[in-house]
Amino acid sequence: MEKSTYYNPADLAKFGNITEWQAEMGNKFFGYYAEVFKEGALTEREKALIALAVAHAVQCPYCIDAYTTDSLQKGADEAQMMEAVHVAAAIKGGAVLVHGVQMMNKAKELSM
Amino acid sequence: MKSLHARQAPLADTGYQLTVLTQAEAGGAHLPPFAHQLRESGLLPLRPTSLAVMQINVGKMCNQTCRHCHVDAGPDRTEIMTRETMAQCLTALAQTDIGVVDLTGGAPEMNPDFRWLVEQISALGRQTIVRCNLTIIVANPKYHDLPEFFARHRVRVVSSLPHFSAARTDAQRGDGVFARSIRGLKMLNAVGYGVEGSGLELDLVYNPSGAFMPGNQLSLEREFKQRLGREHGIVFNSLLTITNLPVSRFLEYLLESGNYESYMEKLVAAYNPVAAANVMCRSTLSIGWDGQLYDCDFNQMLELPVDARAPQHIRDFNEQRLQDRSIVINQHCYGCTAGAGSSCGGATT
Repeated sequence: MEKSTYYNPADLAKFGNITEWQAEMGNKFFGYYAEVFKEGALTEREKALIALAVAHAVQCPYCIDAYTTDSLQKGADEAQMMEAVHVAAAIKGGAVLVHGVQMMNKAKELSM
Repeated sequence: MKSLHARQAPLADTGYQLTVLTQAEAGGAHLPPFAHQLRESGLLPLRPTSLAVMQINVGKMCNQTCRHCHVDAGPDRTEIMTRETMAQCLTALAQTDIGVVDLTGGAPEMNPDFRWLVEQISALGRQTIVRCNLTIIVANPKYHDLPEFFARHRVRVVSSLPHFSAARTDAQRGDGVFARSIRGLKMLNAVGYGVEGSGLELDLVYNPSGAFMPGNQLSLEREFKQRLGREHGIVFNSLLTITNLPVSRFLEYLLESGNYESYMEKLVAAYNPVAAANVMCRSTLSIGWDGQLYDCDFNQMLELPVDARAPQHIRDFNEQRLQDRSIVINQHCYGCTAGAGSSCGGATT
């Protein structure tokens, strides 16, 4: 049995193969993707760190591997990378907690 | 940490290193021979262009034992170039129009005839580059005046600093190296190195502290300038990004960390024909501590001498015969052709 888990690290390198079944959309996506990560108002390193944070928020193992490598290549250090992960954690945690206000509103509405 | 040589590690044998490098299978994926890639790019056999740089490795002795060192240098290495061999280099230099002599090691300053050699190169009107590891300046009082000596001879100083953070630098170069490097940089700045308008050039070398390739050279330079300036008040001219080649202690690191196969795959996947056309070996002659001739410092450390038809030793120097040679290549050469390319002068594209 070659594959025993849902995620296989070797599949990351095959990402480009998605164009085999839908070339036009796939190529448009990769063209857009390449454009997004070019240096612009943000540096390539800043974009790599944002991608790393988002990778954690969406809990994508492929993206975590890819953007850990990319952040290191772009010159980020461990402290910057962990701070990026904390930003993701703060937003994810905050997103849960801010709904507590909705919960409070509803509870007050229903209560005497 | 000791050198591979002192530990009598299997990789101290360059034949064994070449066996590892030429294994056809890597992680189940076949790695194409470098020669095939060059042929497809129309570059085989690889020929010299014009000889612009004489790179002299004056010895393997070093005050540091960096984990990635392709020279396997360290305090336990005793191989150093004699003044007699230096004189042969100078005789050859005088016969040519080579404008730049690049002194490397080890820590080249530890060779007792280092200063004499720089003086002679200056007397011939050629520029010297010294690959200074920075910590040597503060290692011993006898080296404290190196910045003044360099300035007197208008030496271009090229120094490794793999990161602006202490943790990433020390992980590669040893505990406390970052702090001592900063002291060395401040002493170089104090005599004008890296200072605008001084004419004294100070360049830093970034090589990744791990199994990944360097990022964009200009972006990293901006980041280094900002961080070193803000946090340490340090200035420098350019940042040169260099890819670590799978040779010697970096090869050992790759094998021990389980990164060898994926690193080689990354280098192969990033093969860039434009970088291949610009490889430094086409315009460089590399001379070993014992006067042997090589196409580059990496071939030197793998004991791959120049093409057998060319002169083998600097005492037999003949520019025309060297220019007619084919450059010796192997799988490690993928390191110089990946991405934006890599050379002792940084990215090549």
